[in-house]
Amino acid sequence: MPPVLELRGVTKTFPGVLANDHIDLTLNEGEILALLGENGAGKTTLMNILYGLYTPDEGEIYIRGEKVSIHSPSDAIARGIGMVHQHFMLVPVFTVTENVMLGNEATRSGIFLDRAVVAERVREISERFGLKVDPDAHIEDLSVGAQQRVEIIKVLYRQADILIFDEPTAVLTPQEVDDLFEVIHSLVKQGKSLIFITHKLNEVMSIADRIQVLRNGKVVGTTTPDQSTEASLASMMVGREVILEVEKKPAKPGEVVLEVKDLLVRDDRHLLAVKGISFQVRAGEVLGVAGVQGNGQTELVEALTGLRKVEGGQVTILGQETTTASPREITEVGSAHVPEDRLRDGLVLTLSVADNLVLNTYYQPPFSKGMSLKREEINKAAEIRVEQFDVRTPSVSVPVSNLSGGNQQKVIVAREFSRPIKLLIASQPTRGLDVGSIEYIHKRIIEKRDEGCAVLLVSPELEEVMSLSDRIAVVFEGKFLDIMPAEQAKREKLGLLMAGVQESVKEAVAA
Amino acid sequence: MSQEEQTLKEKQEEPAPKQRSLLKRIFVRQGTRSVILVPILAVFTALVIGAIIILVSSPDVITAWRNFPQAPGKALSLTWITVRDAYLTLLQGAFGSPAGIAAGFQTWVQSGDSKALREALRPFSESLTISTPYIFAGLGVALGFQGNLFNIGAEGQIFIGGLASVFVGYSISGLPWFIHLPLALMAGIAAGMVWGAVPGFLKARTGAHEVINTIMMNYIAFRLTDYLLSGPMARPGLPITPEIKTSAYLPLLFGQPMRVHWGFILALGAAVLVYWFLWKTPIGMEIRMTGQNLHAARYAGVSISVIIVLTMALSGALAGLAGTNQVLGVDHRLVRAFSSGYGFDSISLALLGNSHPFGVVLASLLFGFLRGGAARMQSVAGVPVEIIRIIQGLIIVFVAAPEIIRSLYRLKEVKKTGPVVAQTTEQS
Repeated sequence: MPPVLELRGVTKTFPGVLANDHIDLTLNEGEILALLGENGAGKTTLMNILYGLYTPDEGEIYIRGEKVSIHSPSDAIARGIGMVHQHFMLVPVFTVTENVMLGNEATRSGIFLDRAVVAERVREISERFGLKVDPDAHIEDLSVGAQQRVEIIKVLYRQADILIFDEPTAVLTPQEVDDLFEVIHSLVKQGKSLIFITHKLNEVMSIADRIQVLRNGKVVGTTTPDQSTEASLASMMVGREVILEVEKKPAKPGEVVLEVKDLLVRDDRHLLAVKGISFQVRAGEVLGVAGVQGNGQTELVEALTGLRKVEGGQVTILGQETTTASPREITEVGSAHVPEDRLRDGLVLTLSVADNLVLNTYYQPPFSKGMSLKREEINKAAEIRVEQFDVRTPSVSVPVSNLSGGNQQKVIVAREFSRPIKLLIASQPTRGLDVGSIEYIHKRIIEKRDEGCAVLLVSPELEEVMSLSDRIAVVFEGKFLDIMPAEQAKREKLGLLMAGVQESVKEAVAA
Repeated sequence: MSQEEQTLKEKQEEPAPKQRSLLKRIFVRQGTRSVILVPILAVFTALVIGAIIILVSSPDVITAWRNFPQAPGKALSLTWITVRDAYLTLLQGAFGSPAGIAAGFQTWVQSGDSKALREALRPFSESLTISTPYIFAGLGVALGFQGNLFNIGAEGQIFIGGLASVFVGYSISGLPWFIHLPLALMAGIAAGMVWGAVPGFLKARTGAHEVINTIMMNYIAFRLTDYLLSGPMARPGLPITPEIKTSAYLPLLFGQPMRVHWGFILALGAAVLVYWFLWKTPIGMEIRMTGQNLHAARYAGVSISVIIVLTMALSGALAGLAGTNQVLGVDHRLVRAFSSGYGFDSISLALLGNSHPFGVVLASLLFGFLRGGAARMQSVAGVPVEIIRIIQGLIIVFVAAPEIIRSLYRLKEVKKTGPVVAQTTEQS
């Protein structure tokens, strides 16, 4: 029997970049194939070809032995290919049923929407695959995990039997990841075939039947979890040995650098997002804040860096009150900020690498004197930093949008770390980065700590918080549930806290 | 295509900045080649379509084509002659006749009398004179665009700038020119500045959209002009202000009958100054940062509200100078509707010039030459002036929708470069 899906020699070039270079891929019936690779390795390009968003320059696609050409997502859907996107494509105010129907509306006598029929199918699919979704629920009332299951239902409703999951775990709590994996197993058991795109090694090890690794647009190898280790996969991805564990000496905490008391912050909808958080960060230590995204971390960081108004409480940096200070004042106190969303806050994409390297110091000497910018000084400093921080760029004068995600992040890190700073507030510093860049940025953060800088690290990646932090706080619905030394923080315990389950409560219930 | 696919496609094609306004989609650099090529091809295409319209609207040509089977040669030659004559007279109207210029030059060399040469160059001078207010106002709008602010109020700012300058020009006497002229210029700048700063302040303070408020400020400026010209600043019985003193004149560059005056040089100077300001000073950098990515500018410590007010004020000041220029350099008094739409055209010019000061200068010269030549085209070749308006409109459409030009001339899409698409779609 021919494989469900086979790609032969698929090649796609963009101006100046060979995104996919003669890629062969085979997906057998009922199999989970993990597609592993760094960002920019060509995974997403390949899947976009499969989903009809790009046309390959060369190569053939076979579905169940039959040669096909896919020109649009509707072609892909008609051939039974479904994609579960990383960013959900759901209308929040619609019900599950309505979202499932959208774009493929069932009607009565050709005019009236037939919600009942669709709701019935949704219920059926939901039961068959253990998805636990109420067809009448509104999307905005569902948890992130449940929203993802709606995405899966959408794909199944369109009768896909080849499912592509694009980095599905990025937005989930550890428990939700477990739930997702269960769903995936039940999908496979019932004859669906899966491609699972990721750059997380532990996930690949636990769920894949086969692993195909891409690097620089080429297939570097195909293996199975039994024949490989996380370390061997990482070196396949990166093309060299990678140190997965962050090496660090015990912390030597000094004076209090950042002190937060009873902080209250509102979000964009004017609801309290930070509900009375208090903590201290000392020089030479990393305080990690773990938590599922959307529990007030964004608002907390924005308040500390002056980007959001503080509703109540007090923030002190190095003994200086900064509760109502402007971002520039806080920067000048000696605080650095690696923002959560580098494209939104951290960079002006159309400006050059050099300009982005002085984005918050351009007005100071030597970059500026009187009324004029000192272009040579800016470029000279940029050359040095690009060299120091290993930013891969053709020159310092190209727009920063031409750089890869990892190098863009290095630009931010280079800018923030090369100032004389006493406090580093890093929010998701390795979001969406590849293994090589993560390793590099982690090393730099620990270096800063060892130089006596106080570090506040906020990240939804539990691994990251656990490997970098000296103390760990868990945030849930705008409150710190607990702050504990890193040694005492076990994965399960943090996972439960992240889901809002406090041990004391659990014990009380048990008793 | 289903809705889901559409959002998908959009996501693929527009990866980087999260909130891309219409403005940004137009102005974000898409590779130098297309930045230069698209406007040139847009002008060319507009001229070709203009030629077709000229032909279709000529009864003689239509008749000739009706008789095509009998006299094919006549139809073809008449077609060619009509188009050639129209555009030749347009060129002569814009630049002057080459023979006349050559003859004038000869007399000048031989006898030292430049009168004939100046006479021959008059059309050229007229075109430059028309370009001058375009350059000022276009620079104003372009500066706003760089800060992602849409100043539709240039027209009103022109009126206010003109009013302030004309008032200083006629009400003060006995000053030497080197005090009176700068004073009149400053008055226009200051008035335009205030007219721009008000919508800027409203935006910074309350978030009120500058498009709405600049339009409202236009109405206030128009009605204020009407009121002042109906009494306080009018000559008895006439809706015209008194003549300004000669000490406030912007002097002619070459003397009569060439009307081109020092305002043109000032306009070119303003373009250089705007360029220097935007790209070589810290405040200029703040304006561009704010324009390209407001969030990042805030993160970098820029005071957004100050920058918004400043950008609008400077934008207004430049537009105000366009009015000042007309009053001090050309009209020497102010009449109702003295601007005749320079302010609105300047939006198109900023667009055509890709919001770059030098681009604006080139675009303004183009529009000046088109407008300057149009009158002669009408009187000599009998082609209505409105054709020029149509051609101007077509140029703008093609520049605003470069996809038309790209697909027409099979230009490669520069925007969709590989690395950007490849990475940004993979980031979480």
